[in-house]
Amino acid sequence: MSDSDRHINFKLMRDHILRLQDAETPRGGKKYWRSLEELADTPLFREFVEREFPQQAEEWHDPIERRTFIKLMGASLALAGLSGCVFQPPEKIVPNVKQPEEYVPGKALFFATAAPLFGAATPVLVRSNDGRPTKIEGNPDHPNNRPTDFPPEDPIRDPRGSSATDIFTQASILSLYDPDRSPTLTYREDIRTWTAFVGEMRSMLDEQRPKQGAGIRFLTESIISPSFGAQMKELLTALPQAKWHQYEPVNRDNARAGAMMALGQPVNTIYRFDLAQRVLSLDGDFLAPTFPGYLRYSRDFMARRRITETNKEMNRLYVLETTPSNTGAIADHVWEVKPSEFEGFARALASNVSLPPEMWGQLGPPYGGNHQDWNDVVAKDLRAHKGASIVLAGENQPPIIHALAHAMNNALGNVGKTVFYTDPLEVNPVDHRESLQDLINDIDAGRVDLLVIIGGNPVHNTPLDLKLDFNRLDPKVKLRVHLSEYKDETSDVCHWHVPAAHYLESWGDTRSYDGTVTIVQPLIQPLYDGKTASELLAVFSEQYDRKPYDMVKSFWQTQRNQGQPQQTAAGIQNSQQAAPAPAATPDFEIWWRQAIHDGFIPDSAFQPKTISLNSAWANEQTQPTQQPADGTFELVFRTDPSIYDGRFANNGWLQELPKPLTKVTWDNVAIVSPNSAQQIARENVNRGGSRGREHYVPLVEITTQQNHKITAPLWILPGQPDGVITLHLGYGRRLAGEVGSGKPGQNEPVGFDAYPIRTASEPWFTSGVTVTNTGRDYLLATTQLHFNLEDPKFSTQERDIVRSETLEEFLHGGSGHTEEEKHGHPTLYPGYDYKKQSEDAYAPNYAWGMAIDLNNCIGCNACTVACQSENNIPVVGKTEVVRSREMHWIRLDTYFKGFDPNHPEGVNFMPVPCMHCENAPCEPVCPVHATVHSAEGLNDMVYNRCVGTKYCSNNCPYKVRRFNFFLYQDWDKPTYQLMRNPDVSVRSRGVMEKCNYCVQRIQNAKIQAELEDRTVRDGEIVTACQAVCPTEAIVFGDVNDPNSRVSKLKQSERNYSLLGELNTKPRTTYLGQLKNPNPEIKS
Amino acid sequence: MPQIFHHSTNALAKITIYGAVFIIVALLWVAVELNRSSWNTGQWVERQQPVQFSHKHHVGDDGIDCRYCHTSVETAASAGMPSTNTCMNCHKQIWAESPYLEPVRASFRNGKPIEWIRVHDLPDYAYFNHSIHVKKGVGCSTCHGRIDEMPILYQANTLQMEWCLECHRAPERFLRDTKDIFNMTWRPENKTADELQQGLDWKAKYKVQGKEILTSCSTCHR
Repeated sequence: MSDSDRHINFKLMRDHILRLQDAETPRGGKKYWRSLEELADTPLFREFVEREFPQQAEEWHDPIERRTFIKLMGASLALAGLSGCVFQPPEKIVPNVKQPEEYVPGKALFFATAAPLFGAATPVLVRSNDGRPTKIEGNPDHPNNRPTDFPPEDPIRDPRGSSATDIFTQASILSLYDPDRSPTLTYREDIRTWTAFVGEMRSMLDEQRPKQGAGIRFLTESIISPSFGAQMKELLTALPQAKWHQYEPVNRDNARAGAMMALGQPVNTIYRFDLAQRVLSLDGDFLAPTFPGYLRYSRDFMARRRITETNKEMNRLYVLETTPSNTGAIADHVWEVKPSEFEGFARALASNVSLPPEMWGQLGPPYGGNHQDWNDVVAKDLRAHKGASIVLAGENQPPIIHALAHAMNNALGNVGKTVFYTDPLEVNPVDHRESLQDLINDIDAGRVDLLVIIGGNPVHNTPLDLKLDFNRLDPKVKLRVHLSEYKDETSDVCHWHVPAAHYLESWGDTRSYDGTVTIVQPLIQPLYDGKTASELLAVFSEQYDRKPYDMVKSFWQTQRNQGQPQQTAAGIQNSQQAAPAPAATPDFEIWWRQAIHDGFIPDSAFQPKTISLNSAWANEQTQPTQQPADGTFELVFRTDPSIYDGRFANNGWLQELPKPLTKVTWDNVAIVSPNSAQQIARENVNRGGSRGREHYVPLVEITTQQNHKITAPLWILPGQPDGVITLHLGYGRRLAGEVGSGKPGQNEPVGFDAYPIRTASEPWFTSGVTVTNTGRDYLLATTQLHFNLEDPKFSTQERDIVRSETLEEFLHGGSGHTEEEKHGHPTLYPGYDYKKQSEDAYAPNYAWGMAIDLNNCIGCNACTVACQSENNIPVVGKTEVVRSREMHWIRLDTYFKGFDPNHPEGVNFMPVPCMHCENAPCEPVCPVHATVHSAEGLNDMVYNRCVGTKYCSNNCPYKVRRFNFFLYQDWDKPTYQLMRNPDVSVRSRGVMEKCNYCVQRIQNAKIQAELEDRTVRDGEIVTACQAVCPTEAIVFGDVNDPNSRVSKLKQSERNYSLLGELNTKPRTTYLGQLKNPNPEIKS
Repeated sequence: MPQIFHHSTNALAKITIYGAVFIIVALLWVAVELNRSSWNTGQWVERQQPVQFSHKHHVGDDGIDCRYCHTSVETAASAGMPSTNTCMNCHKQIWAESPYLEPVRASFRNGKPIEWIRVHDLPDYAYFNHSIHVKKGVGCSTCHGRIDEMPILYQANTLQMEWCLECHRAPERFLRDTKDIFNMTWRPENKTADELQQGLDWKAKYKVQGKEILTSCSTCHR
């Protein structure tokens, strides 16, 4: 390897950028860039992109040197070639003794259930292959997933319900089969039986009964399940002195307190984005999967941005946010605001929106300073759309912001039109901080004898001033019980650990975001004898051996017989009253079976309530935020985009999923703006030393005002407000499992834990934080630099890899297509006529193609995880991601726009699967014909022919081919064998793979169509990425059929081919993005 | 210096050199033949089953339709294997005491399935679908041979890819009328010009896809 190669070092590159900023030199000419390195566009970077092997392919980075390795392995490598010559061992066929109804071997069955992962549940339809759940899809029949009503008469609209889900739901199938799940019930690390546990609990209960349960405490997360809530209430009636506490690190305390302020009662706010023309988000990241109702909201919101022949109007989104988010990326106008200044902006807007100033008179002069100009314009725009706008506040913003949002919605007349208030989803909505405080007080006072922790991981995620840890619990709480799927940090300090059943193993009920009761039914017997929360709670009641199914069923039978199936905390009954009168048992049986089959109870959504607005709070002076000392930072806590609050830490799919904006995998980072990075890293920055081509970033120490410290790697994110650091919670788990914590005693922890500096009083924002550079470096696995597209006209012209224009430009400008794009590129290659696949006239001629509408993509990453689940794609681990060997078949590229790294003009997302080029550059270079074209235009990959030359991937301009450098698949763990999709080959070492348009789904649909003597209907074949997309950004179909949805999309003026000038004629094309900025705001 | 080798060794050397070529060719031929032999493919090899089940008796003598046991052959990828229950439908009444059927009765009694040995075992990367072949006029005996004459079941063909492609390249050679799908005595191949014309007619009638699609890799491999 040449010496110059060794100097390609991204740490140096980053320093180079910082130097560039020092000199204020003009930057490179690229309008769209994925990383700061690309923006700087140094010769170093160009060389990196143009290299044949992007990273480290020629270096052997294992402890054993390459020579030694080859010496040792020579013989085995030679013999490995003969492994294909063995006979297959005889296989057995094991038919049923009695064939179950509907079951045909090898044919998948689908069952409706719900994924209650956190907060509101996602209704899902789970595919079961021979009794094993293998893939999760959304439930298209669920009322939440009904087709969007807007735009009307859209020829490209999908008439069916949506089958979308989010990344967490998709990845939950991996958690089901996780071999690290706790397999047994234990008492002080010894294995015990369930009976022994029940016996001990019963004797404890006998002790407590005379005291009316005064020493018993239950700690749960937010409880939405109606039957569990009823069970808990029954229990607390029997033991009136026992108490039930709820704590979750990510709770709705702020929203609840805001509603109490403005409306006098806790509410669940539901939005109708399909009716809203203007949306103002106050730090509300409603296009991220953590927002309740996100699937419905993103679908409705994006439907309003769809430009069709009949609809030329788009909604407009204004976002004020404290840290860049997906919602900010989609917004037409986004302002990054420091947390300390946020309330001022919000109040100024509120007073402006609700002119004439009735209740806002005493607010004082509106904040805003230099933002005064847009403040007026935004307020004016909102006022011009009374009853057709939405103001929403982020869950992490303090109560006053929520109250202001309620007030603005009220003033704009949105309540009852686009904004609805219903009862809260929670059975017993409490303030989590207070609830935890009460519990801690009782523990400290020695009033707790038995603490039953049902779910959650409070030992890891309670705030530092209300920490529930061993020292606090140990002598005072005599008996501690924890129910959880993993033996985690909390199980570690509890006497009894009870393994919990996964939701795919449980009976239960829950509610989706609008309150629709959604039934949870199991797909498989518990793999590890796990128990549900209801089963555990039943131990403390008189019927301690009841089965979860009986509990759920009898609860709903009682509800139905009473004729009031909806009973909320407030005791409010609603829509179900209109249902048929109390019925006899056989009738219930039919109704119940139908509810299980459909996965939901019809018409059980909460009915909107009319609540009048209080106004007393508005004039209350908030405590003046003290100006933080100079040189200190403000801190924003956010849940991690991939592993949420830490509960998904042991999920490899989520750990390896590049986070939408930073593209970091397997780690969390301290996010700062380029300016702040300069401020932090300038002193004492370690500029020396080349470390190969890995992505090293400085490690910084973050110290809060209370002098709590953590160390975190620093990450520069364009668009982050200056002086603000964002930390993601959930990492640094000590006992998450092999994926989330590494093998015990072997690896460093995965990421850093941000909970140790989070206080109960300031859970989301804090100020006065100092940051010092430790001088050490940290290796990050980020995919930002992986698979950069090489552009022949590199940096000399505006790149058209991503296309984005304003609605105005689109409606009044030309098509923006070049002459070549209109008339085709001159070529010497003979074309292939896909309309004549065969000389036989009767044969149906399909030509598969895909259109990806960048205008609809919200960068949620769901396509990547869905593809991983459908196509048996392995996880490779951090070290391999560092070497650019992640296996995702569809990746999400994030492009920043503009020339200023501190304030990019916009952020664009672009999903990139295989393009299935008609003139595929990968095909002619394969020496063994392992990648060839099918007659229907698929670029087939034949694993059994592949000998691993990797020529195809070197020749692919889109860089979508993935190579199995090692045996990434886990072939041994029996649970993973259960998980895999039987319709897709499991690839081995040394084989190239890539997106194949879910060819298994194409073939199954084709066969089904031919069995029924018809051709494949449009929309019958849905690829995994298309099915999961909440906003219908991905459309797949037959491009030979001019009436198919995909053909219609491809006829759009916005349609373009990625790197079209290479004349590869990709079957996957993109539709450019449209923005709808307010012409009155000068950017 | 005397000659070490006699003149005649020249001839020997020539023969050896020429012979080497033939030996190599012969070895290659042997390798190819071995690859196609039943030693490798399992063709003609009878498989002993846990129950001495005779297709010859059930199909040939009793005339039971294939679909009585292989129920999903027309609807699914897998033809389906009969559950123990299916066997017991008849064998509760006839041969109810036969010692040969003890494994079946045991399975029925204790609910443990019978573990049959797979005879037709395709590689895992080949995705074969019974229903579509049956639908398009490929009869049972075309691939499985004269099941009605097999007391113990064996694989009648090599099941190698070249054998699949014989038909996928020119389906008219093997197609038949769909009403004769389960007819074991149907001719194994359309050979004469008349028969081939019939094959072409059926190909058109059943809308069998063209050669290009039938020989695309992803038709069978995923």
